Amino acid sequence: MAMNISAEPLIRIEHLEKSYSLQDAYGHTITNPVLFDVNLLIRYGEFVAIMGQSGSGKSTLMNILGCLDTPSKGSYWLAGEDISTLSNDQLAHIRNQRIGFVFQGFNLLKRMTALENVAMPLLYAGIHRAQSRKRALELLCRTGLEKFSQHQPNQLSGGQQQRVAISRALINNPPLILADEPTGNLDSQTSQEIMQLFQKLNQEQGMTIVLVTHEDDIAAYAKRLIILKDGRVIVDKNNI
Amino acid sequence: MNLFAIFTEALGALRQNRLRTGLTMLGMIIGVAAVVLMLSIGQGARTKITETIAAMGSNLFIVVPGATSSGGFSFGSGSVRTLTINDAYSIADLASVSATAPVTSGTVQLNYAAKNWSTIITGTTPDYFIVGNWKMESGTIFTDSDIRSAARVVVLGAITAKNLFGEEDPVGKTIRITNRPFLVVGVLMAKGQSLTGRDQDDNIFIPITTSERQITGNPFPGSIRYMLVQGKSAEDMDIAEIEITQLLRQRHRIGKGKENDFTVRNLTAIADVATDAAKIMSIVLGAIASVSLLVGGIGIMNIMLVSVTERTREIGIRMAIGANQQAILTQFLLEAMMICIMGGLLGLLIGIGGAWVVSQVADMLIVITLGMVGLAFLFASAVGIFFGFYPARKAASLKPVDALRYE
Repeated sequence: MAMNISAEPLIRIEHLEKSYSLQDAYGHTITNPVLFDVNLLIRYGEFVAIMGQSGSGKSTLMNILGCLDTPSKGSYWLAGEDISTLSNDQLAHIRNQRIGFVFQGFNLLKRMTALENVAMPLLYAGIHRAQSRKRALELLCRTGLEKFSQHQPNQLSGGQQQRVAISRALINNPPLILADEPTGNLDSQTSQEIMQLFQKLNQEQGMTIVLVTHEDDIAAYAKRLIILKDGRVIVDKNNI
Repeated sequence: MNLFAIFTEALGALRQNRLRTGLTMLGMIIGVAAVVLMLSIGQGARTKITETIAAMGSNLFIVVPGATSSGGFSFGSGSVRTLTINDAYSIADLASVSATAPVTSGTVQLNYAAKNWSTIITGTTPDYFIVGNWKMESGTIFTDSDIRSAARVVVLGAITAKNLFGEEDPVGKTIRITNRPFLVVGVLMAKGQSLTGRDQDDNIFIPITTSERQITGNPFPGSIRYMLVQGKSAEDMDIAEIEITQLLRQRHRIGKGKENDFTVRNLTAIADVATDAAKIMSIVLGAIASVSLLVGGIGIMNIMLVSVTERTREIGIRMAIGANQQAILTQFLLEAMMICIMGGLLGLLIGIGGAWVVSQVADMLIVITLGMVGLAFLFASAVGIFFGFYPARKAASLKPVDALRYE
């Protein structure tokens, strides 16, 4: 993807709008707008923190960035590809290959070992079991969890679980990591460790990281800060 | 997408919830076991009836003398002895008939050494054994020359031979029938019960001439009680019936518009009724068993729907990391099918075991065919696909963002 680095940004969002349709008690359809006219460019190698109060639309924006949800209006190009034209299967493929997710609640599968959780995306990439286990083990080593590969999530601490989740996000070598309040369920010491891991991934491997948080000290790790309010971008600045 | 890997995922999910998987499977096990058991009982009954019919002899008519009326008072069929041995011989010459056997009968007392036994005596001709599809245990049947000479020879039924002789070989021995000595020339192989439940093996057979002149006597010499007629082929039974009727009317000089003094009955038609009854019984049994399979299938659908709801978040996670709709659909469909196929296999074993127990306890003939096993198995898989598809489809059509947000 080297040729894209200068030419095309990783993420280009133009005039993006998102609204949800609800039915009220009388059966009337109510349109509930969440995002208004969002424009955003994120280049390869950026580390962006998105902040905002709850209800500001930051989670909705994150879901659209992660191809988990589709915009109501406007356009979204990821790595030069127009997301709105893609089928469900193609979106699944994009999520598998181009995006790594890290969630607040870790979202690991219970009753599966750390290794199996990390290897899971490779199942849907059609990679052979033996090979995917090998790669999963490498990643667990990189995140310092090689001893815990056979543990199930409930046998691990919050910080360890989040590192398993980060390993899972990294396994297909995606250009983009989306982290939705990754430290929300962690104590401050562990939060610092997780953020240092993200920082390392960004600095040493040039990975693009987009992070949603509402804590200032977590956002401080990012190089760029975007603040949403009532569905609009009100601040977009360098964070140094 | 790797089918084997998804298979492993599905198996893992089933193993996580062993009790639930087992209970769901139980519906399938009972359904398939019931189908196999019922089909094998039905098939057993049909085989038994087919065997009985084959033993009776094929393409048979029975001609009985019949119904006369006197002064407006009607007697039942057989009340007058209008049929004769010569009627039987002339019917045998018809093109559509292969053999006839005239029969007289009575009850007699037998003696051999110190034993005695009372049984039915049948006076007939050698063709009787051909028409009735009898097979010999030992010795031979009597011959046409025995008929002409009214010889004192006898063929024993299997039960009579056993009662009179025990383990001894009766052939060549002499028994006394109402105190007259008869030479035993043969013993028949056992046939079991007839379709009407009559024991066919407790009887003896002697030449019809001997019977008339020396044993039962006959107030109307030459008359017979009934005759068996065997048609040449199954297709020409209707023609044979018409020919027999016409010939007898002619021989008995029955004018136009007068009632027959005999009755021709097609025994094959009776056998057909029995076969049809057995067929209907197997269908009814199979249908009842299928209902339990259907209920098992609905149980699977129910559990799969609960499972999809419970695992909504898991589905969301899988979708977020790259599972497409087909992968989710395949996993849930495989889960339902595995329950069905494993349940089907266990049910098959239990059904076969149950059939064996029934055959031992109830002394019934049980027939299990490979086709039956295949059918039960195919049915189980079909139930799995049919009832597994809707829940799987529901899982696959979840929106990733909604599934992930589900608590």
